[in-house]
Amino acid sequence: MSATGWTPTLSGRGGIPMVLAEGLHKRFGRLEVLRGIDLKVERQEVVCIIGPSGSGKSTLLRCINHLEKINAGRLWVDGELVGYRERAGKLYELREREICAKRAEIGMVFQQFNLFPHMTALENVAEAPIRVKGMPKARAVDLAGQLLDRAGLKDKANAYPRQLSGGQQQRVAIARALAMQPKLMLFDEPTSALDPELVGEVLEVMRDLATSGMTMIVVTHEMAFAREVGDALVFMDDGVVVEAGQPRDVLSNPQHERTRAFLSKVL
Amino acid sequence: MIPPTTETAGPTAQPEEIKAVPVPHPGRWLAGAVVLVLVAMLVHTLVTNPRFDWGIIGDYFTSRRVLDGLAITILLTVVAMATGIVLGVILAVMRLSANPLLSWSSWVYIWFFRGTPVLVQLLVWYNLAFLYPQISLGVPFGPEFLRADANSLVTPLAAAILGLGLNEGAYMAEIVRAGILSVDHGQVEAAQALGMSRGLTMRRIILPQAMRVIIPPTGNETISMLKTSSLASVIGVTELLYAVQLIYAVNFKTIPLLIVACIWYLIVTSVLTVGQYYIERHYARGATRELPPTPWQRFRRHLFVIHSPVPASSPQRLPGEGR
Repeated sequence: MSATGWTPTLSGRGGIPMVLAEGLHKRFGRLEVLRGIDLKVERQEVVCIIGPSGSGKSTLLRCINHLEKINAGRLWVDGELVGYRERAGKLYELREREICAKRAEIGMVFQQFNLFPHMTALENVAEAPIRVKGMPKARAVDLAGQLLDRAGLKDKANAYPRQLSGGQQQRVAIARALAMQPKLMLFDEPTSALDPELVGEVLEVMRDLATSGMTMIVVTHEMAFAREVGDALVFMDDGVVVEAGQPRDVLSNPQHERTRAFLSKVL
Repeated sequence: MIPPTTETAGPTAQPEEIKAVPVPHPGRWLAGAVVLVLVAMLVHTLVTNPRFDWGIIGDYFTSRRVLDGLAITILLTVVAMATGIVLGVILAVMRLSANPLLSWSSWVYIWFFRGTPVLVQLLVWYNLAFLYPQISLGVPFGPEFLRADANSLVTPLAAAILGLGLNEGAYMAEIVRAGILSVDHGQVEAAQALGMSRGLTMRRIILPQAMRVIIPPTGNETISMLKTSSLASVIGVTELLYAVQLIYAVNFKTIPLLIVACIWYLIVTSVLTVGQYYIERHYARGATRELPPTPWQRFRRHLFVIHSPVPASSPQRLPGEGR
């Protein structure tokens, strides 16, 4: 966190950080959504991002797996530039095949689940390993079964998404992302579309995942989760990182007026 | 309002059923009577008018020439629809392409083929030899490898397939495009986030879901094509209509033979309607919580309910919590 002079607590584990952003800018037409983001996520770190809607949290996540192209700045995932190759000081756009290969290593979970409605839970999870990784079908089905089991959904393997509750759908979505054996997981408000009583079961799966050492970036409004599971907390507003640090510090002793104003509304 | 004074909550024992005098509906009885009279008149004329010549209809219904014509009609419908669907998918993908030249040329194609009557298009293809007496295959502006006489290459049947298929492509393109646009963009993002390429996303994620929107109008188009194929009679293709025309040109039994054609069109249309039902059902996977029962299943369940002393269990429902 060069901008705020904050260094992550669990740094130095793997050398190269999993995600490194420097001066990231993103515009939609004239609207500047990201206005110079600096961010560092170490390996096995769980970073939670909070902030008011429209602050650019989701856009930042989507830039990390290149669903959005950045307009300025630099963004590295696992030491490699996102979307480009730099040669002799010049940037070359990556080919579709190369972008796909990089996306396959980053899992993403969406607010609206976005499960494939024409496939069963098992087919949803096994689809990408078979089609993208070329994994033999029997092995992929086996893996999908294990992942669904881990998410507590063994008996729902043959159910279609519409036959599942929101919480179950989101757990399938997490299993689907994990099936690609990603090195980084992005969560875009994974519990915001859920009924309150279903939030816990999804957070439980995410907690397990964090314990197993997965590197995670979680955009969330669940302050309790951020406090207990997060290694770092980032507060974003109006396209910039306002404040970042230990979740406990940021939540109980915010340094900036904007952070204080936001927290007073949500806590 | 005075609250009910029952002391125990919950259902009281056997409330008295309401018995009221129903509202009279004289209009319904009158309309029913009118319809019945009209039906009786129709049946009466069908039976008593000798000019219907039911004997002739029976004689020709399965005659060799009529069945040959029917075969050509079905062939035309199948091949023209297949051409139309393949072309429609290509044109729809082109139309939605990021390449402006591709999307523009798809627009122009649709504009032209939807904007001119299909009968005129059939005539143009039939008379292609007027424009190009020789048709050859080779490098554009370069050497030719194969060369053929247009009149021998573009037979009436080939002209009919070209005309009907290319015209259908324009309509199918719009149907497929509507289907593709009906799929939520989140589906594309989810597929991309998993590392799926654009082609794979289209094939495995978008098109299967678009099918639900594409199938019903495509069934419509197929039924429409079955009948539109009769236009090929104008360019001398002996499909069903032209086959019966050739017969009544000799024996002057015009109406009976046209009825023969109509009955066959109705039969094939009915078969297509049933087929459409099952294809729709196939692509409804995951769209509804349970698949709708096939007519056969409904029939069997009906029997089961009648013979069963206890109420038949409802179809298996997953104990999923509501969404």
